[in-house]
Amino acid sequence: MLIHDRPTGARIQFMATCLCDAFFPQVARAAVEVLEHAGCEVHFPEDQTCCGQPAFNSGDWESSRAVVRHCCHVFQGEDPVVSPSGSCADMLLHGAPLEFEKQADEAAVQQLGHRTWELADYLVHARGMTRWPGRFPHRVVFHQSCHSRGTRSGEAARQLLESIDGLELVALEDREQCCGFGGAFSVSFPNISTGMGQLKLEHVMQTQADVLVSADMGCLMHLGGLIQKEQRGPRTLHLAEVLAAALTSSAA
Amino acid sequence: MIPTAQSIDRFATTLPAEVKATVYEGTKVPTVWRRDILERDFADPDALRKLASRIKQHTLDHLDRYLEQAETALRRRGAEVHFAKDGDSAKAAVARVLSEHGARRVVKSKSMLTEELHLNAYLEARGVEVVETDLGEFIIQIDRDVPSHIVKPIVHKNRRQIAASFEREGLGDYNEDPETITRRARAHLRRKYLEADAGMTGANFISAESGRVVLVTNEGNARFSVSAPGLHIVMVGIEKLVPTDRDLGVFLNLLARSGTGQQLTVYTQFIGGPRPQPAPAGQGVDGAEKMVVIFVDNGRSDILGTEYRDVLRCIRCGACQNVCPVYRQASGHAYRTTYQGPIGAVLSPLLLQPEFANYADLPKASSLCGACNEVCPVDIPLPDLLLRLRDRGFRQGAARAKAGTPSMAPWAFLATRPRAWRAAMSASSLGNALPLELLPFPPLQRWTQSRTLPEFRGGDFRSWMKNRSPKQGGTHE
Repeated sequence: MLIHDRPTGARIQFMATCLCDAFFPQVARAAVEVLEHAGCEVHFPEDQTCCGQPAFNSGDWESSRAVVRHCCHVFQGEDPVVSPSGSCADMLLHGAPLEFEKQADEAAVQQLGHRTWELADYLVHARGMTRWPGRFPHRVVFHQSCHSRGTRSGEAARQLLESIDGLELVALEDREQCCGFGGAFSVSFPNISTGMGQLKLEHVMQTQADVLVSADMGCLMHLGGLIQKEQRGPRTLHLAEVLAAALTSSAA
Repeated sequence: MIPTAQSIDRFATTLPAEVKATVYEGTKVPTVWRRDILERDFADPDALRKLASRIKQHTLDHLDRYLEQAETALRRRGAEVHFAKDGDSAKAAVARVLSEHGARRVVKSKSMLTEELHLNAYLEARGVEVVETDLGEFIIQIDRDVPSHIVKPIVHKNRRQIAASFEREGLGDYNEDPETITRRARAHLRRKYLEADAGMTGANFISAESGRVVLVTNEGNARFSVSAPGLHIVMVGIEKLVPTDRDLGVFLNLLARSGTGQQLTVYTQFIGGPRPQPAPAGQGVDGAEKMVVIFVDNGRSDILGTEYRDVLRCIRCGACQNVCPVYRQASGHAYRTTYQGPIGAVLSPLLLQPEFANYADLPKASSLCGACNEVCPVDIPLPDLLLRLRDRGFRQGAARAKAGTPSMAPWAFLATRPRAWRAAMSASSLGNALPLELLPFPPLQRWTQSRTLPEFRGGDFRSWMKNRSPKQGGTHE
């Protein structure tokens, strides 16, 4: 979904995501460094928890609404909210308004969704960063998460990656195909989820890339877990980690 | 196989590798062709499907008016029109019309609605011979199988299986050459057309303005079904109307491109009623002597006024099934219903509403990747509708919906209590010391059988954030 007239200011509220909070601190860290490099004043509301998507997708909308209300309470004001996840951003700008139809606080939920950005989308379309400095001498394949389908996030991420010195971005067959994570789907339909992941992994391996990059840790937790279990395939990095690594190389 | 609580997931593991490969190829190829032909032929394919969506939604929003208009137009053209509230009355109407005409042998062209109503079994039980003339449906019929796809009913079969079926049915020696198989079916069916007393078709569209019935096929079998016997029965869902003939241009441009990646199907028929009698001077005459159109509701009007109404825009192109990664893994029969894949996961539980709980798992069989909405020629927000049905399944406490999905209540409890959340995050690293794969927590095991679990590092980012000197005046609040 394309959203127009979103706030583009440099003072932002950073939404780290529950996955980064629990498992991937290095990704949230890299995202903060990247945002600061882009000239942002990064605020981290400490009371943040999760965007509410796990319950939303599971059908438990009452639990989900409680979490979204908490989100609205934590991320107040008019500044952009930026998250290193297309999935969490989509939850706030599309999912939450769906489950808040006809609820008294529908407007507040829409207001939060309207100012929420996925990281790459924000860097390119709010901050106008069309090139990224530094070096990252690797053969990279990019997996776009499904929740950023129909947005400009994927194109923004590819644009940033391609501009990095030494980085070779290779094409992925069937690139639109889902990796099979799907949140709770990954454990409620584990065989289909795994089958989809293996198919994605085969396409990834055909590229002979040495790094698999995505802008969502959900996909990477699933694909990375599969890669580790099957002991085949490239290492996985979040887009923010690649951008941050490139910055380090240019500082050196 | 990873132990699983969901029957669709289990079904996927029982699929022979050969079938899986056939389904994958059979769905991937038209998906690629669809995209290529739409991009080749239209500057903005997205605008076209948005237009189609608006036309169809408008029709549905004024369906009472358009049905009346269609009825008038069809009668003016000499067709008989019936309305059937449910499947039973629809089937009874067909039986009545057949018996009025003393018809015992029926040839049919492909119709998903008659599959939905299980019409063939009903008619056969009443001594009527029913022959499917679409090659795919013909194979389904001789195999006593059910379609696994809206457009390609035998997408789950390969040529070797079909050759074996033909041999078994006495249609020639084993031969897996597709052309030979087709020629044999053609010779067999040609006799059936000539012997038939009635021909049955569905309708891809009916123009309310003119009463024209539009049929698209690739085999020409609908033409034979309509013209050889004297009686033509059209069975059509009430949602298949479009307001005017002009609107057909939009839909015909989208239907074949979306479904099979063709510009148009090989045959597009516009049927303007039965053969005029007497024939107007100087004009050729064709068509059946008698035409009966049966509009079938069967649960559709119950969807009209609800938050699921968008699903009725569907024009049955099958693009969402082709693109769906879950359908590709599980194939159509996993869904246990006439309509499968993303459209089926929404439509089937709604059409079968009294038994909703039995089908409450269908909306769960999706990673919500959204590819279905992206390819839909009438822009049905399928992921949103799947989510709404998940909410409904959860509220109704449907066991099939809940099976295998971990309870979200403990998580929601923590996620609305920031202090408890932070404490849980900091404590999470203790989890690394536990033999998680051995814990009696099924969702965890269903993850770890095929994937490793990342190391818990809860709280690390928060302490880094707290202990650093922020640039540009950022804060940790």
